[in-house]
Amino acid sequence: MTPDLIYGLTGMAVFGIGLVGALCAQDRLRRVLALKLCSVGAAFVLVVGAWREPPGAPDPVPHALVITGIVVMVSATAVALALIRRLQTLEAEDDA
Amino acid sequence: MTDPLVIFDLLLALGIVALAIASLSVRDRFAMIVLFIVFGLFSALAWVRLSAPDVALAEAAIGTGVTGALLLKTLHHLRFVESRTAITEAACAPVPLGVLLANAAFCGLITLGLAVAFLGAPSAGPGFDALVAEAMPASGVDHPVTGVLLNFRAYDTLMEVVVLLAAVIAVWQIERGLSDAPAPAMGEVWQGFARLVLPAIVVIGTYLLWVGAEAPGGAFQGGAVLAAVGLLLLLTRAYVPRPEHRGIARGAFVLGTGTFALVALMVAGGGRVAFEYPLDHAKTLILLIEGMVTISIAVTLAALFHGREPVALPKGGRDDT
Repeated sequence: MTPDLIYGLTGMAVFGIGLVGALCAQDRLRRVLALKLCSVGAAFVLVVGAWREPPGAPDPVPHALVITGIVVMVSATAVALALIRRLQTLEAEDDA
Repeated sequence: MTDPLVIFDLLLALGIVALAIASLSVRDRFAMIVLFIVFGLFSALAWVRLSAPDVALAEAAIGTGVTGALLLKTLHHLRFVESRTAITEAACAPVPLGVLLANAAFCGLITLGLAVAFLGAPSAGPGFDALVAEAMPASGVDHPVTGVLLNFRAYDTLMEVVVLLAAVIAVWQIERGLSDAPAPAMGEVWQGFARLVLPAIVVIGTYLLWVGAEAPGGAFQGGAVLAAVGLLLLLTRAYVPRPEHRGIARGAFVLGTGTFALVALMVAGGGRVAFEYPLDHAKTLILLIEGMVTISIAVTLAALFHGREPVALPKGGRDDT
């Protein structure tokens, strides 16, 4: 049992949970959150791929890719949340 | 004899998976966001265990902190609109159980396939670590992740800053003309807290930026911490965005991208490949880019949190929503 095996499988599980949430959730906010879980799961696998047995230093390239991914994900989340806010306001106006 | 850290790893992994399930299955949306924030912090802890402190810092600051703030802000807005109209959360018809089960089964199969591929993958194949270690002396910095981000793979990072710029443009367009939920009133304790904590955050953010050259840290982590200053200022109303500040904000949004692209062009103009910094000035150029990018990231993240572009209200009242 090494950390890479444990956390690699954790990443897979988190990705799967996020996928189920993104497909099955009704609430829009919950769907966005589920997609964010998917991205964390994918990041887990990349970080695990960069890991080396303790004396060895980890591979910095996947780390840089994950940091880029985190920033891109927050941008995408912000746009998605703005669309949700707008959509709900429009629905409320239609109802009124 | 098992290593006690393996037990810690197993418990942490179980906690992460349980939090992921709990955050998606809990009914209350506020609890969902709080559980997600805890989940993000646990993931950051796991990445520290995998010797990825840079990624852990970025996830804790941006992936969890800023994302959590964005989610809470959206929830506040949704609840405000719901309170004014009859729309409820579950307005749409429920999905049939069969569809849900089929979706879940397909997701399970996909995850199973990925897990099989992961377990069957050759372990510890040659990565880029040797190449990066070899090229590090030419990068101008001592920390490999910063070297990769700002030198070897600088195109990626430039595009990342452009994505952030595109996001704030998109949010300003989407929210144009949208009325905002009134900000909740903050108590006096909150004001005192902000006064105490703001200087500390500024110092921490700047330190993270500076230390990125030789240790974990850097523009993105520092920028996200400085964005927290913006969030606190907006929440305590110590700073109220005004229409006439739009020019300054736009300038701050493009500052990072502009400096980054300008340095690349000037380096390319000197008969080199873009981003092939001259060795004598590499550290100066990288710090210049990082500093400007940090300002852009901090302002952009705070603007994404604020959402709507500050516009003059037609009735001539204060624009402080």
